[in-house]
Amino acid sequence: MSLTASDAAPQTAPAGKARGYWANVGRRLIRDKIAVACGIILLLIVLAAVFAPWLHLADPYQGSMIRRLKPIGTANYPLGSDELGRDMLARLIYGGRLSLFIGVLPVIFAFMIGTSLGLVAGYVGGKVNTAIMRTIDVFYAFPSVLLAIAISGALGAGITNSIVSLTVVFVPQITRVAESVTTSVRNMDFVEAARASGAGAFTIMRVHMLGNVLGPIFVYATGLISVSMILAAGLSFLGLGTKPPEPEWGLMLNTLRTAIYVNPWVAALPGVMIFAVSICFNLLSDSMRSAMDIRN
Amino acid sequence: MLAYIARRIVYVVPIVLSVALVCFMLVHITPGDPLVAVLPADASQELAAQLRAAYGFDRPLPVQFGLWLWKALHGDLGTSIATGRPVLAEVMRAVSNTVTLAIAAAIIGFSFGLLFGLIAGYFRDTWIDKMATGIAIAGVSVPHYWLGMVLVIVFSVQLNWLPAVGAGPGGSGQWAWDWAHIRFLILPAITTSVIPMGIVTRTVRALTGDILSQDFVEALRAKGLRETGVFGHVIKNAAPTALAVMGLQLGYMLGGSILVETVFSWPGSGLLLNSAIFQRDLPLLQGTILVLALFFVLLNLSVDIAQALIDPRIKRA
Repeated sequence: MSLTASDAAPQTAPAGKARGYWANVGRRLIRDKIAVACGIILLLIVLAAVFAPWLHLADPYQGSMIRRLKPIGTANYPLGSDELGRDMLARLIYGGRLSLFIGVLPVIFAFMIGTSLGLVAGYVGGKVNTAIMRTIDVFYAFPSVLLAIAISGALGAGITNSIVSLTVVFVPQITRVAESVTTSVRNMDFVEAARASGAGAFTIMRVHMLGNVLGPIFVYATGLISVSMILAAGLSFLGLGTKPPEPEWGLMLNTLRTAIYVNPWVAALPGVMIFAVSICFNLLSDSMRSAMDIRN
Repeated sequence: MLAYIARRIVYVVPIVLSVALVCFMLVHITPGDPLVAVLPADASQELAAQLRAAYGFDRPLPVQFGLWLWKALHGDLGTSIATGRPVLAEVMRAVSNTVTLAIAAAIIGFSFGLLFGLIAGYFRDTWIDKMATGIAIAGVSVPHYWLGMVLVIVFSVQLNWLPAVGAGPGGSGQWAWDWAHIRFLILPAITTSVIPMGIVTRTVRALTGDILSQDFVEALRAKGLRETGVFGHVIKNAAPTALAVMGLQLGYMLGGSILVETVFSWPGSGLLLNSAIFQRDLPLLQGTILVLALFFVLLNLSVDIAQALIDPRIKRA
């Protein structure tokens, strides 16, 4: 009887404490005006992109030779029209679908791969750690933009290749963070206790360590979304991402580049969207960092 | 100290070799035949085999890597398929233009970054701090290729003050430090400088805040040191980390210039990379990336050594 009680105690105690911790983090975030504002802006952009077909927008592919490059505020074209006479508002909203997809997905993939690699490297240590971390070092020998361009350029243009190349860029960064957090957690008493109770390495990593390392890695990954959005749109801007006539912010910026002499402010609009999403993710990541009280 | 430097240099050798391996493999992850750019579409089987043998593509991969590396060590990175000129000469000419751009951007970005960071860290949680942090976050979040476009719209299209593209009057290839050329440098340099400016501001702000909250600062003030003196101690303590961050940023500017150079048609390594990609000029792509990555590795090495020279604690780690 006494044995079962002591067995249950270490399991319920961290769980109860963890719930209180996350509730606190949530409360701090809701009080943070900047975090709330960024969250709302991002939510609006995402919802608009997801529900674009039901928003009664103009057809984002339907051009008009006589209504090219209309200025912002033209009747029926609230945000003007592009170089082929397509409605800018519709294209900006529809563009969010692909732009957010290719910007966020690499970070999600890298988060999963990098966390696993870092967790294994940090927990197992020794030769496994050396093997993983030295391989990671090789990728650090390339500036991240150069690495993304190199892989994307070698693989050729396309959405899949752009997602692959950005994932490769972010995996090493997340692995490093995951490894350093894991190493600092691994020698704590509760891990020692789990090991003493006979738990296997996989169980310890999954049950006891993952919950303790996920927070900092998650915050770091949120900050990366901002970089990823800029780079993903940048690859499209160079012509390495999606192909016309698909609406995508980076590609739109590229095709509108020649229009800066005719209607400069319409040409600059897709960049405003990239900027808005990127800065909101950055500010949100900062707010989460301070709400969770993570240093560095 | 010499032992530390020697150890750091030895550590760089495997990195350089792996970098070379990655660059070598780039050509082999490309879909399709690496000969596709040189081979006529209607070429016979024999001609294809001949060319494959001439380029060494018929040998096993490790042998190909060895041969390629041996040539690369002797400064032979092959010939560009598009121009027929040696890759190394093409790359070095372009890199010198990128270095010009990166240095100009570094001067702008680092001075403003250090200034904003020190002020923000010193006047923490005041409106000055909030403004500096706001600028820094905008700097790291802005898609810089878009900022370049906006700058062109304002200063070239609307005000007609500065040229929109190129690196000199009449498209001349030779760079010179006179006003006729510097006019072309201003907009790309400002565009390139915003990210390092933001990152240096954030780093220096955090450093300054941390240092000012340490006990020794209290002691300095208690012994009657004036605030300018305290400030001197802050700068001294922040220098090694700030230097490391700035070194890394300089490397990013050199290696990641492709977007800015594309916007401004700046004839540097980024624009070269761009044309190599779209002309499927694989030797040029490979060579440019190798040279830029090696620059980055060497820069990191010099930063590490410089850091250890300033702060003796580092070499013990």
